[in-house]
Amino acid sequence: MYDGGKIIIGLIIFLALLTFPFYYNIGKVNAKPEPKIDTPEIQKLPVGERKCVESKEFMRGGHMQLLNEWRDSVVRDDKRIYVNSQGKKHNMSLQNECIRCHSNKKDFCDKCHNYMAVKPYCWTCHIEPKEKKS
Amino acid sequence: MRALTPFVMVIALVLLAFAGIKTANLHFLFGVVIPYAALGTFIIGVVYRVLNWGSSPVPFRIPTTCGQEKSLPWIKQNKIDNPSSSLGVIMRMAFEVLLFRSLFRNMKTELKSGKVVYGSEKWLWVAGLAFHWSFLIILIRHFRCFIENVPFVFKTIEGLDSFLQIGVPLFYITEATSGVLMRYFYKVHIVGVKILTMGLISFNPDPKILNEIGTIFYVHLFLISVLLAYFPFSKLMHMGGVFLSPTRNLANNNRMERHTNPWDYPVEVHTYEEYENDFRDKMKKAGIPVEKE
Repeated sequence: MYDGGKIIIGLIIFLALLTFPFYYNIGKVNAKPEPKIDTPEIQKLPVGERKCVESKEFMRGGHMQLLNEWRDSVVRDDKRIYVNSQGKKHNMSLQNECIRCHSNKKDFCDKCHNYMAVKPYCWTCHIEPKEKKS
Repeated sequence: MRALTPFVMVIALVLLAFAGIKTANLHFLFGVVIPYAALGTFIIGVVYRVLNWGSSPVPFRIPTTCGQEKSLPWIKQNKIDNPSSSLGVIMRMAFEVLLFRSLFRNMKTELKSGKVVYGSEKWLWVAGLAFHWSFLIILIRHFRCFIENVPFVFKTIEGLDSFLQIGVPLFYITEATSGVLMRYFYKVHIVGVKILTMGLISFNPDPKILNEIGTIFYVHLFLISVLLAYFPFSKLMHMGGVFLSPTRNLANNNRMERHTNPWDYPVEVHTYEEYENDFRDKMKKAGIPVEKE
């Protein structure tokens, strides 16, 4: 084999890069994120009425788009009332509507966002909910 | 027409994945078995082909020279396009791999009113560069699905790629189709996806999560699995091949070093001296001059 050493070193570097996630995660706890929905405000609601503005499945995939639409609607069109798929009316407001129930940013928002390494820019304008440091 | 066949093939693969998940419920096959098999094929195939190439003989230096070679001291050498040292070769390869220097020289030959005209043709180079770099960035961005506590470097690349800050989720400058559908239109349970990928890379996939992820994710995963498995059998191997191009990765030192062909066998020669010894008498008779009397 000509220049076999160089070729094999190249292959080893390639394999090392390729399998990087495999060994990078060895020995690390692979914990699933479990966002908590047990804030006092939610606890106060009767069990049957503990619902978000839309279904859990919709919110899980589409909350960011919903919030974006809310922002555009409020800031550009001054329309603040959201009628959900059940016909129920909601106030379009991150701080006054979402955070009213989900006051636990650290145990709710951040759980999945950190897990997925996502950094939404909500809090560059909005005021973060005050939380007791745990 | 040539683009149509592959397009139909891709559609067929998409439908196959759809049918597998929607009607046959083969979540485990498409979510665990096929990705592992594809990655295995990819690794073994690529290593096999590179070693196979590596075992072909390259006895002599055959670089294509694109500039002045090393010569007399007052003649300026083009050290990158006609390298004579390892450093020059490394520079040349870096330009080749990262910036496609050969393609930059791409020319268009035309006949204009009976004359041959050479024109610069940079579109292929520009498009090729954009395509390959986009591909690399997309690949690196996907690491967020495979790593816990994503390192700083990966976040930076993601930040740069989305710096236009259009839409939510943020629009990436580099995008590809099935991923776009997932990110913006058919939402998938992205955290579920990461739980699956993290399970896969720690060889401990969680079967419960499989049913919670949207079908479009399985289409995406199946397409990339097929791509990985197809890789070693195809021209995609130019990824490894570019490093093994003998016209680029050899130093042009033919006149400084002696390169011998290692499988040269001893050739039987019959020297003039021996010839004269054999035929001296006859040569003298015929009046032919000889060196030794």
